[in-house]
Amino acid sequence: MSKQFTPNNPLPQEAPVPNEIAQFSPAVEAEIDRHLAKYPVKRSAILPLMFIVQRERGYLDKPGVAYLADRLGVRITDIWEVATFYSMINTEPVGKYHLQVCRTLSCKILGAERITEHCTERLGIKPGETSADGQFSLSAVECLGSCGTAPMMQIGFDYHENLTPEKVDEIIEQCRNGQLSNGVR
Amino acid sequence: MFIGAIGCEPLQLARFGLERSQSLETYQKHGGYEALRKVLGGMSPDDVIGEVKKSALRGRGGAGFPTGMKWSFVPKDSPKPKYVVCNADESEPGSFKDRYLMERDPHMLIEGMLIAAYALGSKVAYIYTRGEYRYLIEIMDRALEEARAAGLVGERILGTDFACEVYTHTGAGAYICGEETALLNSLEGLRGHPRMKPPFPAVAGLYGCPTVVNNVETLTAVPDIVKMGGAAYQKLGTEKSGGTKLWSVSGHVNRPGVYELPMGYSDMERFIMEDCQGITNGRKLKAVIPGGSSVYIMPASDIEGRGVKMDYEGLVAAGSMVGSGGFMVMDETVDIFETTKNLTEFYKHESCGWCTPCREGTDWLVKVFKRIARGEGKPDDAQLLLDLCDNIEGKSFCPLGDAASWPIQSAIKKFPEDFRRHLAPMTGSEDKESSALATV
Repeated sequence: MSKQFTPNNPLPQEAPVPNEIAQFSPAVEAEIDRHLAKYPVKRSAILPLMFIVQRERGYLDKPGVAYLADRLGVRITDIWEVATFYSMINTEPVGKYHLQVCRTLSCKILGAERITEHCTERLGIKPGETSADGQFSLSAVECLGSCGTAPMMQIGFDYHENLTPEKVDEIIEQCRNGQLSNGVR
Repeated sequence: MFIGAIGCEPLQLARFGLERSQSLETYQKHGGYEALRKVLGGMSPDDVIGEVKKSALRGRGGAGFPTGMKWSFVPKDSPKPKYVVCNADESEPGSFKDRYLMERDPHMLIEGMLIAAYALGSKVAYIYTRGEYRYLIEIMDRALEEARAAGLVGERILGTDFACEVYTHTGAGAYICGEETALLNSLEGLRGHPRMKPPFPAVAGLYGCPTVVNNVETLTAVPDIVKMGGAAYQKLGTEKSGGTKLWSVSGHVNRPGVYELPMGYSDMERFIMEDCQGITNGRKLKAVIPGGSSVYIMPASDIEGRGVKMDYEGLVAAGSMVGSGGFMVMDETVDIFETTKNLTEFYKHESCGWCTPCREGTDWLVKVFKRIARGEGKPDDAQLLLDLCDNIEGKSFCPLGDAASWPIQSAIKKFPEDFRRHLAPMTGSEDKESSALATV
């Protein structure tokens, strides 16, 4: 016995269609292909690919998400589901220089709070904020595996260790002059 | 920062001081890939597993599970592909040894993974590295390229029928992905939620296939075990804790760093006061968290004059654990209430949200800690914290809940004064004191 169920109050079937899908250069596409080739299941490449989209577009924006869903053959929600789990995936714009000061125990007992406060003083932003000119973002983050060289911060992917307020001044100065890499790659 | 061995010949750190220690050339000049040659030159997979069993090597990521036994759980007759996954998601506060192993000697890890892959019949291996360690992924990728070009990775390795590909993979900032089943979910492109066990990864791991997940330091021990033989490696340490162990030393010591010690090194006080050159500014030792943030905190009185042996059994006897060897030293100026609050905030941030006891429990713990820190501590708050811990410990889906509870339980037990100071700041009356503190 079989019975066909038909909803008596069908919901609107119109799925939200993303109005824009990100596009990348052939070089970036080739880089993405190299990541996809590592795995028997495409979805496994989701995090490496998110980092690429983030690098290319500044953060994981809606067109970037639509691109990933399309490229990996998954739903838009699958991408958001993963993106919102991982602290390094930015779903909002961040400053050009993202100062991430470690706040966990070894850094804390060696003066991490002083470093964060010093950054706030110099940049006029608190942890979680981005400067009005979009140059700097400040975050307090959890242990970055740099406990023996504490206190420390990461700018983009680059480690800056054994920090003092003076060293922070130098770093910020170099950022302002564009002499320091923002560690995004 | 100091990097070196004390009380033994450097094994894991043997090539750290060499020029271009990352290069294949340096690695091969100093014994590199000899173990792989030995394995492919006539050892059977069972021989390799046998040597690892004899070595008494235990998982260096934190749990300390015997590695040889873990390997032997992989079903040999399974028709599915098998995977070796290196857990390089080093995120345990206080631990930074894996970082230097990969930074200075990436080929040692590759060789260890290849030997593991041979022993387990695996053709593909992944290195899951925490996202923040991007520069290490770049180092590993360069090393892998070198190894591939030299016929050490890929098809027909060293001219034999053994084939294995090794790939790097990046995490993206989630402590929980250091838990092996959460790591596997993350590697499959999902949120890093832990999986139900059983089935254990050895039976159904990555893509539902038999998988072994080992820490970096566990895998880098394998080439030496093969070269010297499991029995000789075991003798470097103790009967149940074979070989040497890396300790990541940080905090208030004059010489922080990565120390390689033989298992059973005696004793912890000498290690701190002599090897690490004592406490900064001539202050007194107050506390040590010896194995990363997830283990019990030890007061100085449990260390000084106690002859604490630095191995799995010795630290359990002394009231703590080896964990990942993230050795954090605190001097007399440190307020243990503050350090416990700091770690609890860490666990709240890193709780994956999958199970209620951990997600809600760590949130409540932080709320109570923050209220106490605002000066609104109530006399019974120590008991409240312990009650909350009791509702998390052993009741969460994975060990993160236990890890969040243990620092608090041990801190309240061992440092009641530091909590007392915050709990009854205004009343000054002893009779209102928390029952939890009064009993210790």
